[in-house]
Amino acid sequence: MEPQTNKILGIVTAGSVEKGVEVRLDSAASVEDMVVGRYVTIDGKKRRFFGMVTDISLGVTDQEIAIAPPDAADTFTAEVLEGTATYGALHVLPMLTIGGDADSVTEGPQPVKTVPSHFSKVKLASEQDMDLVFGKEDNSRFYIGNPLDMETKLCLNLEELVKRSNGIFGKSGTGKTFLTRLLLIGMLQKSKATNLIFDMHNEYGWAGSSEGGQRTVKALKPLFQSKVAVFTLDEENSRHRGVSTDFVVKIGYDEIEPEDIALLRQTLNLTEPAVEAVYQLRRRFGKDWIQKALEMSDSDETKDLLQQLNIHESTFQNLKRGLGTIRRLPFIVSHAPMNAVEGLLQYLERGVNVVLEFGRYRDTTTYMLVANMLARRIYNHYQQRMEASMAGNVTPPAPLVITIEEAHKFLNREIAGYTIFGTIAREMRKYNVTLLVVDQRPSAIDEEVMSQLGTKITCLLDNERDIDAVLAGVSGKNDLKTVLARLASKQQALIFGHAVPMPVAFRPRDWGTEESYKEFTHGGDAMKQAEKDIKDLFE
Amino acid sequence: MLTKIGEVIESNTTEFTVECYELYTMPPLGSLVRTADAPVEIYGIVCQAGTASIEPGRRPIARGKDETSEAAVYQSNPQLTKLLRSEFRVLVAGHRSDGKIYQYLPSVPAHIHSFIHLCSSKEVKEFSQSFDFLSILTSTRLPISIEDVIAATLREMSRTQTDPHAFLIAGGKSLTSILGSDYQRLKTILMRLRQ
Repeated sequence: MEPQTNKILGIVTAGSVEKGVEVRLDSAASVEDMVVGRYVTIDGKKRRFFGMVTDISLGVTDQEIAIAPPDAADTFTAEVLEGTATYGALHVLPMLTIGGDADSVTEGPQPVKTVPSHFSKVKLASEQDMDLVFGKEDNSRFYIGNPLDMETKLCLNLEELVKRSNGIFGKSGTGKTFLTRLLLIGMLQKSKATNLIFDMHNEYGWAGSSEGGQRTVKALKPLFQSKVAVFTLDEENSRHRGVSTDFVVKIGYDEIEPEDIALLRQTLNLTEPAVEAVYQLRRRFGKDWIQKALEMSDSDETKDLLQQLNIHESTFQNLKRGLGTIRRLPFIVSHAPMNAVEGLLQYLERGVNVVLEFGRYRDTTTYMLVANMLARRIYNHYQQRMEASMAGNVTPPAPLVITIEEAHKFLNREIAGYTIFGTIAREMRKYNVTLLVVDQRPSAIDEEVMSQLGTKITCLLDNERDIDAVLAGVSGKNDLKTVLARLASKQQALIFGHAVPMPVAFRPRDWGTEESYKEFTHGGDAMKQAEKDIKDLFE
Repeated sequence: MLTKIGEVIESNTTEFTVECYELYTMPPLGSLVRTADAPVEIYGIVCQAGTASIEPGRRPIARGKDETSEAAVYQSNPQLTKLLRSEFRVLVAGHRSDGKIYQYLPSVPAHIHSFIHLCSSKEVKEFSQSFDFLSILTSTRLPISIEDVIAATLREMSRTQTDPHAFLIAGGKSLTSILGSDYQRLKTILMRLRQ
């Protein structure tokens, strides 16, 4: 396909900044070779434009042709009419522009503020054009895949990426986990950020399944032994799977705070007064409030106490039932031998990335309780350290990226205000903690949180509301919608936002072959070259 | 050296009529011919041809009742070749001036008695590098269908090309842009171009 790049595809015939430009296809270019999501360059008189093909249509100069088309057997007439009276048209959304003068060239591509003039020539974007826009793989840029139908490497600046919270979306089975793993590897290699991954389905630690699900592929730990620690909630399950773990997480009753219970109100089926009662019990009994509350028998003493605290009998029973659910979780113990949060922080501070596997405990209650508990304490710690560093003399903590799956459960409209993840998403990078949100129902996530996500990567989505939620606030939304809805159900994704100069539909790089592992662990050719250069310098 | 096939006997800016030196030697419909007037040579397309009595009032009569073939009629009546004449009408399609071909009307019409030559394959090829002459043809009104003349012209020209099919397609495309708003007329011509 590449030799075509210098060929003229067509010329600009109409357009506007808001709606994009109309390009009439040259008769030599076949409309069937065009694909939505491809990149084109438009040579205007004074500047060049980069744009994306967002729609392809067929046109006729005379309606009569559509009414009385030539006979199907009459290939001659069809051939004559093709490209003249019947033509293909592209709808192109210009996204970036480079001015012709020297200053503009050094500035690099800028957002589009005008349209190319009439009859400007449109060509397929070449490798050089793409490199100019997306940069080359280097120490801070990570190669995540290739733009659709192109050989060019699409590189993300991960230093920039981790400065904000990001999102990965897509229907179930479209490759979200795969993309997340890829991005995590990138962060491990190219950024100073450490990762904390709440791994609900045990896919990021030792082994994950390939996109087809037929074979297992290596995950983070086997590739980066020293840089990754695997924590588990379910030691037995890890043993069964034959994987070693670095830390077994146990949570003591005394570590659970009223806020943690408040968050689980819906899942534990607690009433409003029951949640109020939690705070009162905490005030009364201190750290051991759960233990004490569960030990309270149906005696007169208890009744007196409840009366004192102004807690109704039925409310207390409701709360007790809820706490009973938590007590039944095997990793909850009356007193944890080692504080999980401290363990986590020790690893994170050494720059080791932590994958927390949930083993068999994949229910929402566990996931929400654990993820929130740990994240809240870690966030507080980072907040304190960051504030101390602002006061001077202490180095700020390395950026932390927390990966959460099933994000809509933490970030939906009802509870986004209460969970720590809501706070992290909103307050963003002030305290060097950001989120990597992985979810399949973006429409269920609070709009305010969605609007704060810096870069979004989305695989195929076909629910109208989900598409709207993901694309909210993006310029050229309607055009991107066409591209998004037409992504293949596997191995294709659309990325847009802070970390890329313009939206791109791309195919993620290979994963699961020996070669690909080698590339990842050696940091790709660019890293090797950089290391070699440094070596040469000192010899 | 090209041989002349006739002489202009009637001429104006847009067309001229040529009388053939020999009976029935007019070129096929759609052929490219030219005058040899220096300094401007005028190119034209044969759009109509005919043979009739040299005197308008004297109609030929049937003579072959006892003859076995048409050739025998002419043999036994040698005067016929002198009493009849073949003529053809040529639409001006362009001209050559200072060695360059222009596909638009010349500033002056052809002279009466200008010699007319049938263009060689090489000349036809040279002339047909552009299809601008088609716009002159499409705007002409003739007693016969101009669509037939255009189709015949393109067919004649395609014979001299290395890829006749590609030539016809290209010609068709040019016609499409000229006749953009008249699909029916275009269809009529394309039907006659199909091989």
